[in-house]
Amino acid sequence: MSRQVNQVKLGAEFIADTPHRESNDRCLWAARMRRDKVANTLPEWEEMRDLASEIKKNSLSHLDEYLVQFEENLKSRGIIVHWAESADDHNDIVLDILRSHDVSTLTKGKSMTMDECAMREHLEKNGIEVNESDLGERIQQLDNQRDSHIVMPAIHKLRTDVARIFADKLGSDPSNDDPVYLNSVMRADMRKRYVKAQAGMIGCNYAVADTGTVVMCSNEGDVDICATIPPLLIISIGIEKIIPSQKDLPLFLRLLSRSSLGYDITQYTSHISAPAQGQDIHVVLLDNGRSERLGQSYWEILKCMRCGTCMNTCPVFRRTSGISYDANYMGPLGLALMPSYDLHRYARLPFSCTHCGSCGDVCPVKIPLPELIFYWRQVVVENHESLFSHDLEEGLMGMALRNSTDLQHAEKLGLWALRHLPSAITESGMNPWAEWHKNPIPPEKTFREWYKENFSKENDETGNDK
Amino acid sequence: MKIGFFVPCYIDAIAPQAAISSFKLLKRLGLNPEFIESATCCGLPMKDMGYAHTACKVESSVASHLAGYDHIVMPSGICADQFRNHFEDLPQTPEIIHIRQSSVDLVTFLHDIIKVDSLPWASFPHRVALHNGCHSLRYLNEARPTELMIEDFSKTADLLNLVDGIEVGYATRHDECCGFGGTFAIWDQSCSGQQGLDKVNDYARNGFKYVTSQDMSCLLHQSCVARKFGLDIKFYYIAEILNGDAN
Repeated sequence: MSRQVNQVKLGAEFIADTPHRESNDRCLWAARMRRDKVANTLPEWEEMRDLASEIKKNSLSHLDEYLVQFEENLKSRGIIVHWAESADDHNDIVLDILRSHDVSTLTKGKSMTMDECAMREHLEKNGIEVNESDLGERIQQLDNQRDSHIVMPAIHKLRTDVARIFADKLGSDPSNDDPVYLNSVMRADMRKRYVKAQAGMIGCNYAVADTGTVVMCSNEGDVDICATIPPLLIISIGIEKIIPSQKDLPLFLRLLSRSSLGYDITQYTSHISAPAQGQDIHVVLLDNGRSERLGQSYWEILKCMRCGTCMNTCPVFRRTSGISYDANYMGPLGLALMPSYDLHRYARLPFSCTHCGSCGDVCPVKIPLPELIFYWRQVVVENHESLFSHDLEEGLMGMALRNSTDLQHAEKLGLWALRHLPSAITESGMNPWAEWHKNPIPPEKTFREWYKENFSKENDETGNDK
Repeated sequence: MKIGFFVPCYIDAIAPQAAISSFKLLKRLGLNPEFIESATCCGLPMKDMGYAHTACKVESSVASHLAGYDHIVMPSGICADQFRNHFEDLPQTPEIIHIRQSSVDLVTFLHDIIKVDSLPWASFPHRVALHNGCHSLRYLNEARPTELMIEDFSKTADLLNLVDGIEVGYATRHDECCGFGGTFAIWDQSCSGQQGLDKVNDYARNGFKYVTSQDMSCLLHQSCVARKFGLDIKFYYIAEILNGDAN
């Protein structure tokens, strides 16, 4: 059985690291504030969210038709299309393509779909050098660590961390953490690799069915280099990335960057629809459980366009970092999606949420994230994956809350302890509340007691205390 | 108009002042609320933890005490949300549907149903930070969440602004969750605690000495964190200010 992810424990370690926690929280909250500001300039913002959600619903409910249309359009222009049922299929297909082209080194743009398949690890095991071209992703690759955010993979790191990693791996000056300098180190290193690369690999933001276009949004321009310089291009696409028509694209492009980073549009929006002269393009369409999810009550998670805004707004995510979720998809998206990949491994994730509801209100395609997280908690309990401590808590509450008599007994016991036991006991390490809180100040009487004294028998017309 | 008054379990024992001020305020407004003594818990804690089956038992038990009211008023947004939006696992009989529709948080009741437009007895000559509890804000629509690009409104602020001398303000991170989250505060004490500390520090940085909210559970959490970290801030449930009990 897979090892269970303990987000609470990993999160607590990150919380205790004040400089990293404060930086992570500050950067992501700033993205949320920019998002509010730019969204507020568009009077039609909420209408746009409604429309995008409906278009995604349409795409998902006619996925079979749109996918075939997309495939036919790609094929008609000489792009080779592969269908991958699972992550393993995906990796086998990619490896076969690379081997048939004698590829030993490649550059790769950011792709959550490829990460979902653990493709880089698979290729590296098979002797192929993979160079991540996105700055954040490259930092994470060099540091041998998972992404902490789907859009900003190294956002949990400080400049000093990057300086140390680049010094270790790329031989730069460890004491220079100036962003301009660090960028120049990355650029100089990557340029050598771009020139040597025998293949480029990229993901996809929108797969446009009626034109057969792969649309890729990025901010660094690296994706275009991966896609255009080497003679071989492989594009991995989760089948839910389909949108019906080119006419729908502007709406999604207007929503994406505004939601994700709080900028009007991504720096680069690349439309790939045919190979250049002498270039081979392969597209791998990945299912990996998506068509199964489509038939489930949580199907709306498939509307996700991976903007990451739910992470930016999540108060838990900002303080614990994406690293603590130890998962390909983290934050509210991860809570609502990862259990469908491996219920045991991710059984505790849906509980890393205060139910504040903010993620649902920022989601540009209106996925009811709070409801889905709620849903997964029930699935965890039904499948006996809940923690013993939760079961115990539930049992005790069930007893105390059966009826008003039992509740009053439980209240009396609790209030007695608060009133009479020394705080050395009631606020000891045994009390999980006491690490961050003082105990509540016990009231002189409960509402019930106050009510009995004042109103129970003869109803006091004035409503004032006696 | 027959008004039932539901007192949530956590308020009865730990924060009775919230219910006392609410009850007295309703009386003062000329209403005749009937305290539903036999009702104990709305089932939220179990529901929240995923124990739908246990929650259902508690829900049907509490529902049996709630029949026959035009409005069931409660000084708690989280419970009102539970009654209204999460009683979906019970058989949807006309009685249950009626309970769901007639359950209402105090703020919504005062603002939308009674349409209170003056509180001549209430004075609070202070600058106070308003914390809209997440459930009241995002699930009961008592104010505009900053996430939504819709016309601004705040039923909570409307009511508070009827109080003589009051100045309503906000923390910098306006409506960010304070980290209580019910049982979350027990499961994930570090994150809950850090969120709470960030929230009370935000008040302190903005010079607030007083904080109010329509959600007592947020205030219990925040006040216990503030005391732990030695911050001198007073926390009042909204009805304490509206009824003139806060000073």
